[in-house]
Amino acid sequence: MIWQQLQSLVGSYPLALRGLGVTVVLSLISLVLGTLLGFGLGILRTGGNRLISAAIGAWVDLIRGTPFLVQIFLIFFILPEFGIELDAFTAGIIALTNLAACFICEIVVAGIRSVPTGQVEAALASGLSRWQRMRQVVLPQAMRIVLPPLVGQYVLLIKDSSVVSAIGLTDLTRVGWLVVQRVPNGLLVFFLVGLGYFIVCYPLIMLARRLERRMGAAHGEVQL
Amino acid sequence: MSTASLVSGTSFSMLENFSFRTIVEYLPLFGQGLVTTVWLSALSFAGALAVGIVLAAMSLQRGWLFRVPAKAYIDAVRATPLLAQLYFLYFGLPHLGFVLPELVVGILALSLNSGAYVAEIIRAGILSIPRGQVEAGVASGMTYVQRMRLVILPQAFKVTIPPLLGQAIVLVKDSALLSLISVSELTRAGQLLASDRFMPAEGFITIAAFYLLLYYGLKGLAALSGRWLGLQPARSST
Repeated sequence: MIWQQLQSLVGSYPLALRGLGVTVVLSLISLVLGTLLGFGLGILRTGGNRLISAAIGAWVDLIRGTPFLVQIFLIFFILPEFGIELDAFTAGIIALTNLAACFICEIVVAGIRSVPTGQVEAALASGLSRWQRMRQVVLPQAMRIVLPPLVGQYVLLIKDSSVVSAIGLTDLTRVGWLVVQRVPNGLLVFFLVGLGYFIVCYPLIMLARRLERRMGAAHGEVQL
Repeated sequence: MSTASLVSGTSFSMLENFSFRTIVEYLPLFGQGLVTTVWLSALSFAGALAVGIVLAAMSLQRGWLFRVPAKAYIDAVRATPLLAQLYFLYFGLPHLGFVLPELVVGILALSLNSGAYVAEIIRAGILSIPRGQVEAGVASGMTYVQRMRLVILPQAFKVTIPPLLGQAIVLVKDSALLSLISVSELTRAGQLLASDRFMPAEGFITIAAFYLLLYYGLKGLAALSGRWLGLQPARSST
């Protein structure tokens, strides 16, 4: 019986491949945009301007405090009210980029704060400009703290992209939902869907673990 | 009068006449949704703790018989989205002959998912106890169970409380996905208002506010627990 069902699933192979493609492209675009925006927000937040810092903090809290599904609904159903017509893919990218940016902002802030103030003072004394201090002194050292959770955040981003299926985008999860209407073996269908995500996410999880171990070891050396 | 509503020609422009009256009218529905979200999250968290303790105990064993399956389970859960896991159970359990109410499937999915993350938190807590403590226990002639109960667990418990509350926050937010298998929790209430009255702004902004309430409540609790337990927030001095 399983064999029969497997055969009927083979017919859905192109659809599944397209779904996986949509998931990967959606995640990749949001990942790049979210990282850029997240670093920008993180640097701004530690920049010293209280007002900007408080505004970013409030926004990050707002995003961290609400379910991603609700954020997608808000973007998809309410932005058109302002005359901005969105398809599901664009709405998904906006929502995912925003979510990633907020979480990455927090990671970057923690990384920047981990750099001892003496380093900044030394850079200041050497006459480096603000931009030079950030780029040549603070960020390279902050990266040690930032990198492992950043990769972990990418895994969360790929997984969260599945929620965009709720507004009808045909990503991998949505394909599973469509196929299970025809092939009523939910265990098999969603096992395969899960396998698709696993193949993308698991190497990243391994990478995050390795980075954590390596950065931890490097940190230990410095303290000795 | 904005041009947008003239162009689209719709008579129910949502943001210009944001209807607080409708929100008040639907307040009982939102209230019910909020209550459901709270208790189903609490129940799922209890389930997650049970699953997490068992998995953590298994993954700390030296022999592979328990360790390997526990690690495989934790990795499988962490590398796949909750929504796919939810559908796996929702469409899969009936195939095995278990026809359960959506609410039960939802609580099961949340417990099994969060359990994997709770296991990692507990494992990290136990491993954070310095080796010397265990050795001191051994030197004092304590058995394995005594060492666990009297030395390791009381200290590990302290360290795990703040991250466990963090996981509780994640779980409450994740429970919104249960609306997709039509469990009538908070997000579902917002969807109903959006579809019945064509008022997505009223529906989704209101539930977002309710979720923020839960978020700040749990976040405050996490900060308080950190202070009660005498844990210093991790920030390097000098």
